[in-house]
Order: sequence, then structure tokens, then C-alpha cells
Amino acid sequence: MAAEEKVYAVVPPTPGSEPYWEAANAGKLVLGYCKACEKSYYYPRGVCPMCLSTDVEMRESKGTGTIYTYSVMRPAKPVYVIAYVTLDEGPSMMTNIVDCDPGAVKIGQKVKAVFKPREDGTKIVCFAPA
Amino acid sequence: MSTKGKAYIVGAYEHPTRKAPDKSLAQLHAEVAKGALDDAGLSKDDIDGYFCAAGDTPGLGGNSFADYMGLRLKHIDTTDTGGSSYLVHVGHAAQAIAAGKCNIALVTLAGRPRSEGVQTGTNPRMGNTNQPDLQFEFPYGPATANMYAMCAMRHMHQYGTTSEQLAWVKVAASHHAQFNPHAMLPKVVTVEEVVNSPMVADPLHRLDCCVISDGGGALIVTKPEIAKSLKRPLVKVLGTGEAVKHQMGGQNLDLTFSAGRWSGKRAFDEAGVKHKDIKYASIYDSFTITVVMQLEDLGFCEVGQGGKFVSDGNLISGVGKLPFNTDGGGLCNNHPGNRGGMTKVIEAVRQLRGEAHPKVQVPNCDIALAHGTGGSLGTRHVGATVIMERE
Ligand SMILES: [Zn+2]
Repeated sequence: MAAEEKVYAVVPPTPGSEPYWEAANAGKLVLGYCKACEKSYYYPRGVCPMCLSTDVEMRESKGTGTIYTYSVMRPAKPVYVIAYVTLDEGPSMMTNIVDCDPGAVKIGQKVKAVFKPREDGTKIVCFAPA
Repeated sequence: MSTKGKAYIVGAYEHPTRKAPDKSLAQLHAEVAKGALDDAGLSKDDIDGYFCAAGDTPGLGGNSFADYMGLRLKHIDTTDTGGSSYLVHVGHAAQAIAAGKCNIALVTLAGRPRSEGVQTGTNPRMGNTNQPDLQFEFPYGPATANMYAMCAMRHMHQYGTTSEQLAWVKVAASHHAQFNPHAMLPKVVTVEEVVNSPMVADPLHRLDCCVISDGGGALIVTKPEIAKSLKRPLVKVLGTGEAVKHQMGGQNLDLTFSAGRWSGKRAFDEAGVKHKDIKYASIYDSFTITVVMQLEDLGFCEVGQGGKFVSDGNLISGVGKLPFNTDGGGLCNNHPGNRGGMTKVIEAVRQLRGEAHPKVQVPNCDIALAHGTGGSLGTRHVGATVIMERE
């Protein structure tokens, strides 16, 4: 277990993305959802990347998924695990795997959303072993 | 419209420097431009088209660099696809020449990340906050090494690719680099040395990663009539292809293949040649995994068999079936400006002219391929392929 925890950088939201960050700060992961395709996508945005429909909204994810791939960044202090998690709703997203031994992370592992502090005290979604 | 045979590469020059603290970026661009013009037997005022990548020519649209060199232009293209830009530029130059928009095109690359102390592989670089994906990715620490490492990790999981197989890519590059007096890492290494080097981003070790170097390179591309009036061996552009691969909203994420699957097919279709016709291949080697995946994507072996294909010296000139990166590549020789596409074209041109080092020159090298990936294999990137023939 890493003793030191990473504090996440704050990148300013762009017009339309504020609700994603407000949800994260409230402990919720939201995805983009296209009402025309009836499919979720990540990252959320004002158009559907499958069909370019603007009839889209943000929907809360269950926050559960599976590790598609990962890598442990060894020279970093603290060491961190970057990963793509495939959510149960379908889309895959870049994230960090936290609250575990980096050496024990595996492809195919079940994970769940957890929320970690950013530099300004608000929160960002990460994933931990389920 | 096919551009097959409508353009020739008549000048190619790689800057000998690997560390240039006393030279400006613009000066490096100018020096490689001069080098390529001298190689071609042309002069500055012959150039009427300029191709450069926005990322290594700061200022609006290449204007500042055209100004620095005093170029008089009727065509300019500053397409930036990262390290594959210069492969894209060869295709775009061929198109512009075939369409009569310019006659003699200059392509330049330069960079000095080593002098500037850029931690290229391990330090996530903050971009413009208007880049739409930035806020959703940058906080998680996507550097260069861990993005490619995630592709390697998945490739290993899905196809059983091993660290030892990846190491063979570096071993082959080092066998070639020993003959290149300018190579940053001219020492021959073994599979054991690669897999025992420090882990950077699992499963990639330090020796799975390319060098960080200053320098640059340039090309001159022109139409057939002018090429035939010059004194250099004729290197004809047979086929080019480009393709973009991204995430499509996270649907069906597959990090085990690259855009080379599409750009390669386009280039082969235009060139009208088969894989067995390719005597030499320059394959962008930002990391060992990059080579394995691109060889699969280009069709040199079956999907998932890239690890097996590169093993046992199969990429070593004079030993294996597909000699690659005979200058030592990005893994051992040079990766100017963190952009490897230019040196890929240059070494292919050397091979086709018979001007590679005698120890690595491929006999009767009449058809060669150069391919690269620009951007990040782990997020979004542009693949570009160029197939060339010695006439
Ligand atoms: Zn849609």
C-alpha cells in the first residue's frame, strides 16, 4: 500500500462540462448518453461521437467495471497506476487504480469508483478493487 | 487521383548533432534545409513548397520559419500529426506536386528536447485547456511511456507477447547502431540486458524506450522531370497512406492495434506492391511495442504474432527476413524533437540509394517502406505509411 497519496491536478472545466465535475465532487460518476443511439459514451460532451446528435445528456454510472489494461509509473513519486476501465454501461475510460498494491493490479480485475481529492479540495473519480 | 510515381525524393539529410545547446530551433531547421538542398543539388530559391509540423515550428502556420530561411513559397502545409507528420508530409507533397500546386517541396523537422531538459517519456505534459479530452485525462498522469505501456500490457494479455520478444526489437536496433558514428547508443545489447534494465512503466523497461535527442532532418520532394535532371539516384514515391485512430466515445476500446492497419493498406493499394516486395522497412520505434504492433498492422505478420516475428534477429540486416531501422532507429540512434517520422524516411532513402552503412546495406534494395505513428498509441494517433522505389 502506497503511504503517500497522489493529489490530483485541477484542469479548468470547459463550457458544458461543469456538471461532470460537480457530480464527481458529490461522489458520482456521470457518462454522456445519446438519446438517438441509446448508448453511453465517455468522456461526456455536447455531441454524440457516434452520430453527432446533440440530443444528449449526462447519466449517472453505476461506477462498476473491469480493468481493460494498466501500467505502473515507476519513476513517479508517488508511484501511480494508470488504467483503462471498461464500465458495465459499455464505454472505457482512462483513470487511476488506487487503494491497493500497484504490483497486484491485474487485467480483468473488477473495480468500483472511489473519489479522491484534487488540489483545490474538490474530488475526481478513480477506481479501487471491488 | 493516385499520386503513384508522380513525386520523387531527391534530397535527404539528417543533422549529425544529438545535443545542440548552442543552436536555436530555427537554426536547426535552416541547417537541415541546407543539408537536404545540397544533397539534391538544388538551391534555396528552387523551393516553392514548404511542409512542416506546427508543433516544431512555433509561430503562425510556419510563417516564422519560412521568414527565417527566406523561402519564397506558393504552397505551405503545416499539418501536425506528431512524430508521423513528416511521413504525412511526403504524401501531401506528392499530392501538391501532382496537382501542380508546387514543383519543389522542402520538408523540415527540428527539435532540442535534450537541451531543454524535457522529461519526454515520464512527465505528463499539460496541454491547452481547450483540448477537449485534457480535463478527463491529464489528471491521471498520461505520460508517453505509460500510454504505450498500456498497449504492451494488453498485447501481452491478449496474445501472449513477452518482454523477451519486445527486447529483440531493441537488440536488432543496437546491432545496426554499432555502425552509425552518430548513434547515441552504439553499444550492442542483449535480450537479458533489456529485460533486466529498470522498469519505467510496466511492462516497458528503460531499454524498451527510445532516446531523447536534439537535431532534425529534411527532405526535398519534386516532380519526375526535375528529379531526372538531377544527379542523385532516383527514389520514387509509389504509395502513401494516412489514418486516424481514436476512442469513439470509449466504445470498443482496442489498444492492441494502431492506425497503421488502415494507412498501410492504403499505401500498399496505391503502390501496387506486396509485402514480399519490401526489402527494407523503417518502422517508428518510440518503444519496442510500437514496432511489434505496427508490423502486425502493416500486415508483415498475422495479428498477435508480432512478438514471434521480431524474435531471433528477424529484423537484423543480413540475418533476418525484414531488415529494419538500419541507422539504429529511435531506440539507439536519434529521435530528434521526439518526432521519429523524418529519420524513418531518411534511412529508407539511404537504403534505396545504396548509401546506408555497408555493414547494414540491404543488397538490391529496390523497394522500401517507412511507417510511423504520431500522437499516442494509448489515446489517439495518426498512422502514416510511405512506400518508395529505386528507379
Ligand atoms: Zn448518437
